[in-house]
Amino acid sequence: MRREPPQTLGDYAPLLFPAAMLTIFFVVPFGTMIAVSFFQRQQGGFYTPAFVFDNYARFLSAFFGGVLGFSLMLAIIVAICCVVLALPFTYMLTRMARKVQVVWLVALLSILSLSEVIIGFAWSTLFSRTAGITNILVALGIMAEAKALTPSFGAVLTGMVYQAFPYTVLVLFPALVRLDPTLTEAARTLGASPLKAFFTVVVPALRNTITATLIMVFIFALGSYLLPQLLGRPQHWTLSVLITDQAIYQSNMPFAAAMAVFLVLVTLGLVALTVIAGRKGEAA
Amino acid sequence: MITTPIKRRTLLGAGLAGASMLAMPSILRAQDKSLKVGVYGGYFKDSFDKNIFPEFTKATGIAIESIAEPTGEAWLVQLEQAARAGQAPADVSMMSQVAMLKGQSTDLWTPIDTAKIKNASNLLDRFVNKYPDGRIAGIGAVSWYITLVTNTDVYKEAPTSWTAFWDPANADKLGLLALVSNSFLLEVTAKTFMGGTNALDTEEGLLKAFEKLAEVKPNVRLWYRDEAQFEQSLKSGEIPMGQYYHDVTGLAAADGHPVRSTFPKEGGIQDSGCWALSRASQKSEEAHIFIDYMCQPSIQATLSRKVGTSPTVKREVTDLTDKEFAAVSSDIEPIVPRYDLYQTKSDWLNQKWTELIVG
Repeated sequence: MRREPPQTLGDYAPLLFPAAMLTIFFVVPFGTMIAVSFFQRQQGGFYTPAFVFDNYARFLSAFFGGVLGFSLMLAIIVAICCVVLALPFTYMLTRMARKVQVVWLVALLSILSLSEVIIGFAWSTLFSRTAGITNILVALGIMAEAKALTPSFGAVLTGMVYQAFPYTVLVLFPALVRLDPTLTEAARTLGASPLKAFFTVVVPALRNTITATLIMVFIFALGSYLLPQLLGRPQHWTLSVLITDQAIYQSNMPFAAAMAVFLVLVTLGLVALTVIAGRKGEAA
Repeated sequence: MITTPIKRRTLLGAGLAGASMLAMPSILRAQDKSLKVGVYGGYFKDSFDKNIFPEFTKATGIAIESIAEPTGEAWLVQLEQAARAGQAPADVSMMSQVAMLKGQSTDLWTPIDTAKIKNASNLLDRFVNKYPDGRIAGIGAVSWYITLVTNTDVYKEAPTSWTAFWDPANADKLGLLALVSNSFLLEVTAKTFMGGTNALDTEEGLLKAFEKLAEVKPNVRLWYRDEAQFEQSLKSGEIPMGQYYHDVTGLAAADGHPVRSTFPKEGGIQDSGCWALSRASQKSEEAHIFIDYMCQPSIQATLSRKVGTSPTVKREVTDLTDKEFAAVSSDIEPIVPRYDLYQTKSDWLNQKWTELIVG
């Protein structure tokens, strides 16, 4: 198939629909949010249009800084855990027979169909004292007494990694399938062990894919607000939880919008830094 | 991003309404008088759908479309956003007292004309919500208690006082509501340790209450927003003590679950919901008929028997027996929340509260 750059206005027509959708469902709501973040909050009521910085000023405190820091750290840890687990898993998966691959991929896709609520409640049952996995350990004689593993940071992390893992595999899968098998064969012929070949050939060859996957999982995890509530203590609540509290329960839209704008800016900043750092590394 | 769920929901609602209109033209023609009523989703809505709304339609010929509304102030925000666009996702909604006050600030509620509500004289004064200038913003729909609940397998003896929350023996065993404006724990602290909720009049008093409340933190395993989360844990004994709704706990106990609800000697927390009419609604006439119907002593008694709520009309006009009344209420003086604080000091209280539990 030959590709030609669009010549006439008509050639751009297929773009109109997605562009309109993007404008209506993303640009306009996001613009509204930015506008609302500068509105004046009416305590005990709603808000009035204005241009004030109060909402941003309230956010700039040690308390919200701490919550923002925790949310970013949690998302980064989730991203790293997912990639560390998913990369070897996906690599081995691509080396398996087609039929086995299909079974695994269908299983992973079915996890994607579960809502965050179901995942949260399932893990909170699995981690509970009365019905959880520690009861199996007690029955096996490994533990003396069943205990609750939730609420805790470990429980939040487990839930979020579980939720993001299928995405990670699905993003890595195409790149790993396309990876030229002769590369590893060459490494093996030259005497590298399979493990060494994986780390010295496969991982570096996929560096860009891995960076992109990390960023994707990071952003995905940053928006999580149900699992930290269901599986964590209040100190494990992410900024998204506090944004929801303000928007839904305090009817403080301007402050919620300001927090959300801040979160988006910090996220974009971090992603930009990662991309720049990646380019510099390539140039060197 | 924050406006999308509302827009999406409105869109979805409009789509659904459109689809059902196309699907059921005959029903629409038969019932040209209709009213959309918002009630708390889940158990409340199910009970109303089963026990109240069909009888109302039979008596008045007005079809009811019940809408499941989320608890908290989410519904208030949606109603307000919709009213700004001239839409009413529900004509009449059951609203909490804090939401009523917040809605007053933007004139969200159409004033109710008590001349059209002949049963209004039955109501207890505290269940008539008024604008500062005396117009009536809402009429008491139901009232309910938040009490001290325990799992009977774990606690053989029922606790008698809210002080149980502060007992070091209950470390990591409590489930409490996560928001300052729905847990009313400041009022509980003030009534239990500071001689009454008047202690919260000053900022020093509030700070002292926060300080006392901070001592509860090590005992709390779960700060819940979602009721189902706590109810399940209470039934299984995973979280054996906490604050919860008296009516739902009673129903769970009746179903054979090992749970009990106790009115502490300092009193249960009495909260209530009002029927309020959105200013965007075109159905004022039907709404007044509906509210009048709901104020009848016999309907209030039915609600007590079937839904487990406490009547908003004077007890003596109902035919509730002592036993039936005791099941939904108590003679112990209730702790009445300081709703005024959640309007005048809401941001300050919210900030202190969040720092208290998250920090």
